[in-house]
Amino acid sequence: MKHEFIEKNAGLLAILIIVAISFGGLAQITPLLFQKETTEPVDTLRPYTALEMEGRDIYIKEGCHTCHSQMIRPFRAETERYGHYSVAGEGVWEHPFLWGSKRTGPDLARVGQRYSDAWHEVHLINPRDVVPQSNMPGFPWLMDNVLTGEDTQRKLEIFRNNFGVPYTDEDIAGAKAAVEGKTEMQALIAYLQSLGHAFQ
Amino acid sequence: MSLFWTIWISVITLTVVIGCAVLLRMTSKNTTGVPEGEPMPHTFDGIQELNNPLPKWWVGLFWFTIVIAMIYSIAFPTYTANYNGLLNWTSSEQSVMNPEESAEAAKTSQSQYQREMNAADEKYGAVFKDLAYNESGAYKDLTLIAKDKEAVKVGQRLFLQNCAQCHGSDARGSKGFPNLADNDWLYGGDAETIKTTIMHGRNGVMPAWKDILGGDQAVKEVASYVLKLSGRRVNAIEAQAGGEKFALCAACHGPEGKGIPAMGAPNLTDKVWLYGGSRKAVEDSIANGRSGVMPAWSKILGEDKVHLIAAFVYSLSLEK
Repeated sequence: MKHEFIEKNAGLLAILIIVAISFGGLAQITPLLFQKETTEPVDTLRPYTALEMEGRDIYIKEGCHTCHSQMIRPFRAETERYGHYSVAGEGVWEHPFLWGSKRTGPDLARVGQRYSDAWHEVHLINPRDVVPQSNMPGFPWLMDNVLTGEDTQRKLEIFRNNFGVPYTDEDIAGAKAAVEGKTEMQALIAYLQSLGHAFQ
Repeated sequence: MSLFWTIWISVITLTVVIGCAVLLRMTSKNTTGVPEGEPMPHTFDGIQELNNPLPKWWVGLFWFTIVIAMIYSIAFPTYTANYNGLLNWTSSEQSVMNPEESAEAAKTSQSQYQREMNAADEKYGAVFKDLAYNESGAYKDLTLIAKDKEAVKVGQRLFLQNCAQCHGSDARGSKGFPNLADNDWLYGGDAETIKTTIMHGRNGVMPAWKDILGGDQAVKEVASYVLKLSGRRVNAIEAQAGGEKFALCAACHGPEGKGIPAMGAPNLTDKVWLYGGSRKAVEDSIANGRSGVMPAWSKILGEDKVHLIAAFVYSLSLEK
């Protein structure tokens, strides 16, 4: 094929460019989709409970992931502060994953069990009550919004059927009851307290 | 990783690198039939193109990257997960399946992360040992460390990093989070007890009494009695009635309301109030109960760090 011919046919040029740059992805990304490390959960991983699952959705809804990453890199400066570095097997049931790459606030990958539920509640209502220099916004409405649990069962089903998360029939049957009437605050705190449990 | 993926990666990678070299070789030749530096046989809006060769420095740089790519692929992990390259480089132990495996792998791992940790251990480990351990390899007594300025400074840094979120950077706490600098203790203030508190956490539960006492009026009366215990002026009749109901509270707070440290039940006769000392706050505590959780830090921080933090916290009450 003549160089001149490719240069004069923009469509063909675009296709060939895509082919050329896709080699990198084919060599780097595709094998990861079939590797044990990246597709099998670590031994200590447990699925989110119904309440934690709702909390996770609130985490996404309120945009927590835009300021907080959930990915501890293997550097001493990070592991001294946050705990054991993240491994791929911890994230296999995360859909979508919330690893993030930008930190305005601290990483939350292992924030679970570090603070009490009461602390999280005060902190989420008004962060400056406990951390005076914080620039995190307050989320007081989490106290008022009550979950109906209408979609919870469906959510767990989707995670079991599509992503292979080992929920039992009882988990799914009891999902609505486990969530109904709880505040968004309770759900979000339950989720936060579960983060990083696999390597703590 | 299976042989298939090794072949997959190798074939793609080598094809691309060799392909780049072939492409570069091809485009370096003059195949246009136009001598170098002469105009090409096409114009566009009167603009001519001269048949100039690729700049030498640019072609040189391209060859350089191809050579570097080949060297890199030999030196670093490339074609298969089992091949760590001539430099034997890995970022970290990514295939560990649980914390125990990770701890086991860390002993022998040569990953970049582990080397960084080992180097830090070599550099700071001795200093840390000096601060926290005595010659026979046991932990130094906390009361001794609390007088060691250097050790307390290290403890303070750790405190600011891990504890200040609740207890404040000055350790004076806030509503619901105890002040650690006032020499008043819920679970006891001797050094070893402080360490136990940090290591294993605490779970303080005050039940809700409103229904058991029998409504708002009873809560008000007990509150009056409790406020009287700490020397506040209250309605004497209410306090009298509250005093009669106080037997329920005495199980935890003691018959005189002086608290029982073993249960973390606060002393009600002093002027220290974890949840506020206003009448409303006290009534709220009685009516609805309280629960104060101190997380356990032994797993998160390890005993060495906790030891120094305990010494720092203990030192705060020495200054008084």
